[in-house]
Amino acid sequence: MTSPRAAGATFVGGGARSPRRRGALGVLRSLYDRPASAIGTSGVLVFLALAAVGPLVTPYGPTEQVLLDRAQAPSAAHWFGTDRLGRDVFSRVVAGARDILLLAGGGTALAVLLGTATGLWTSARGGWIEEVTFRLYDALLALPALLLALLLLGTVGPSRSSVLLVIAVAYTPIVARVVRSVVLSVKAREWVAAARLQGESPRWILLREILPSVLPALAVESALRFSYAIFLVASLGFLGVGVQPPSPDWGLMVAEARDYVYLTPWSLAFPAAAISGLVVSVNLAADGLGRALRSGA
Amino acid sequence: MSAGLSLRDVTVAYGDVDVLHAASLDVAPGETVGLVGESGSGKSTLALAALRALPPGGVVRRGRITLGGDDLRAMDAASLRALWRHRVRFVPQDPLPSMNPALPVGVQVAEALDPLQPRRADVREIDAMLDAVGLPDPERVRRRYPFELSGGQQQRVLIAMALLGRPDLLVMDEPTTNLDVTTEAAILELVRERVRGGTTAVLYVSHSLGVVAALCDRVEVLYAGYGVERAPVDDLYHRPVHPYTVGLLDAVPDLARGKGHAPLRPIPGRLPDPGETDGGCVFAPRCPVAEPTCRTTSPPLAAVAPGHDVACLRADAIRAGDVSPRQPAPDVPDGPTSPHGTSLHAEGLTATFAARARLVDRLRGRARPRLQALRGVNLHVPAGRTLGLVGESGSGKSTFARAAVGLETPDAGTVTLDRTPLPARLRDRPRDLLARLQMVFQSSDEALHPLRTVGATLRRPLRRLAGVPPADLDAAVADLLASVALTPDYAERTPPELSGGERQRVAIARAFASDPEVLLLDESVSGLDVSVQASVLNLLDDLQRARGASYLFIGHDLAVVAHLADEVAVLYLGAVAEAGPTDALLAPPFHPYTEALLASVPRPDPDATPARPPLEGDLPSPQDVPAGCPFATRCPRVLGPVCHDERPPERWSDDGLHRIRCHIPRADLAAEQADLDLREAP
Repeated sequence: MTSPRAAGATFVGGGARSPRRRGALGVLRSLYDRPASAIGTSGVLVFLALAAVGPLVTPYGPTEQVLLDRAQAPSAAHWFGTDRLGRDVFSRVVAGARDILLLAGGGTALAVLLGTATGLWTSARGGWIEEVTFRLYDALLALPALLLALLLLGTVGPSRSSVLLVIAVAYTPIVARVVRSVVLSVKAREWVAAARLQGESPRWILLREILPSVLPALAVESALRFSYAIFLVASLGFLGVGVQPPSPDWGLMVAEARDYVYLTPWSLAFPAAAISGLVVSVNLAADGLGRALRSGA
Repeated sequence: MSAGLSLRDVTVAYGDVDVLHAASLDVAPGETVGLVGESGSGKSTLALAALRALPPGGVVRRGRITLGGDDLRAMDAASLRALWRHRVRFVPQDPLPSMNPALPVGVQVAEALDPLQPRRADVREIDAMLDAVGLPDPERVRRRYPFELSGGQQQRVLIAMALLGRPDLLVMDEPTTNLDVTTEAAILELVRERVRGGTTAVLYVSHSLGVVAALCDRVEVLYAGYGVERAPVDDLYHRPVHPYTVGLLDAVPDLARGKGHAPLRPIPGRLPDPGETDGGCVFAPRCPVAEPTCRTTSPPLAAVAPGHDVACLRADAIRAGDVSPRQPAPDVPDGPTSPHGTSLHAEGLTATFAARARLVDRLRGRARPRLQALRGVNLHVPAGRTLGLVGESGSGKSTFARAAVGLETPDAGTVTLDRTPLPARLRDRPRDLLARLQMVFQSSDEALHPLRTVGATLRRPLRRLAGVPPADLDAAVADLLASVALTPDYAERTPPELSGGERQRVAIARAFASDPEVLLLDESVSGLDVSVQASVLNLLDDLQRARGASYLFIGHDLAVVAHLADEVAVLYLGAVAEAGPTDALLAPPFHPYTEALLASVPRPDPDATPARPPLEGDLPSPQDVPAGCPFATRCPRVLGPVCHDERPPERWSDDGLHRIRCHIPRADLAAEQADLDLREAP
């Protein structure tokens, strides 16, 4: 479907009479057009389902210790085995899914909100406000995200809300830059000039004339940020400055299991696999989302 | 077996859809054949098929393509490379993407001369060719990178590269479409002088009948992927047969037919989508002489005269004069345009933009360079009439419109609507002022919000500016659509579902929503195909009669502007060079710049030979406007130092209507320009 359309637009002309109008469901369906994005999307959906119903299906509580069953290999009773404190690894991994998705998702949402608001407003307005905002963002971007996170957590102390804050601070500048690049090209469009000639308010122009064009790029960037946020949450947990024990955080679980890797390799392998599985799934889905939105635009 | 290019019954498809149907074409060595058609006609597809260079997805399904007797379709990859390297050359519409941005021009030209051993290419030969294509100082040009050259210079370099290869076949795909008319004239002159003749077969693709008339020996007209007429250039322009060819010729405004003369005759309907054909003649739905058989029988190309083939079942009846292939003339309401209405007056309008300054200069406290877009422009849009504004890109004509409506804030000068001075900033203008002055933009792609339905786009100004109550909005939208000849169901569509002409109609409807007294039209028909352009021009004319609005019509095509405008102003580097009633502007005396512009316009008439050598050089940078007359650097009539040093006076005609800003007295100009009079003989 793609090549004759593209060829038609470029070389035959007049081919733009049958665009596809699709809702969110249509976009989701087109994610299943390609195997890679189908796998990614399915993976994300599985993790989401686990996070939603996890505590209902897990046989043990995430912090529940069965002291007689310590350091057991995977078995019918303990699918992923148990750690050296006798906690069921499967239950902890499932419980950790909710934690990491909430933290990474919430932090990303915050970053997208802040980045879109500031990026949209300052770059549509231009002038010194835009200059100051984006130089500040450049300064933040000059620090690696992990270093920035360690600095911030060192200041405000480790807690769930500070992890949210760290993600927001680390990713707001990136989202804002993506928004800005679209705004700069859209605000010079003639339909925006026509709206100004109709006496539309700056707010209307920002939200109704410019924002809709930003959304596709924003959706892809949000998905990508989400996957990096997952990584960041896990890294912080691993370094011991994020979520604190005994929470079933994947990064934390990997860190705790590291010292006993010869004794209970499964308690390291399964949370690590969960991290990479989720990150890869989100990345594949984000890539598919980008393709779907581009071809539909 | 012919020596040049020969295509026989070539059918090309993208995917499952045939876009070119059994096209045949011959170009003999030394011959220039024009390939004409509107967008969607398949002309670029045919040209690329002739080079075996179709884009991915394009397939030659049937037919024979030979060059010098060699079958191109049978060639393997190695012979194709040899073909492309040694025997064919291509000059595209947009030159920049065809050059390597990382290599100096000289290296690339050398590759064209000797593709395998560019280092051993003869520099003298290269320099001679660069000089011959109108690039003086070839040594400097060779060291330049492509982006350092102007569009016209880039196109000259590509033509030089094409010629150095001494190809058997040269395909030029709209090489002048993106260029200003004076540059276009210079390039066409170059093609005429250097490319034609010799042993090269030239295939020249263009949508412009004027360009083809000036250049080609024979012309092939394509419509919706079918060749419909093929004729020597004189026959095609003086004795066209196919109703589509006739329609195209009637739809082009000619300089010699100004306002108040014959209205343009647009071709009704639209081009069928590829694959939409049903066995009959592809043009039948839009044809004024179609019979029932035309809808069932697809006519083959058949000779009506030596070298003149037409694919039309009614060709004999048309040639015998039994039926007229012309589209019916549109009804024009009686009476001149309303003398009432509102005038727009601009006085001393000046606008500059800050250019990017080098950091070193800023640290040394030097002033930022300013681009002088407008330098004290006085213009008057007469009440209920049309002022045409022409000039090349960079002349400041768009800036003038944007400053007048308030999208740009001028540095100095005033704009008044009747006697109401307009605040310079848009946000200081109350809504009733906004309603009185509206604008239609250039691009039909960007003028409408792509995600919003036409109805939503039109409802907004109706409610905000015209104060239509919500209950009446739907009826008002339908009325507005009807006024631009669209049916009410268009309200439900979004811009990507519309053709370019339909989009531009919606943009015009939006501008008319508030019933403006003055409408600024910035290149509003430039992007349209000629048959669509004709219908939009007629629409604008009708709307002016019906509503009494005054127009400022901006364009780069003098023929189009002169067709619509009662008065014309010529802008050069942000200043008015000449202004006056259209008739006065088309007759001597001319400002030397107007003279060059008029002489550059390609006319759809092979006998209209250019009366002047094309202008040399490029527009000076608006950062560095000459101190005296801005045109002095290119003026063929320059008097001497006075032109370079002193700002010329405005010289008015005796009746006080026509002004020329030039050091040469009007009488002297008139005497020297007597041969160039474009007014229609009475």
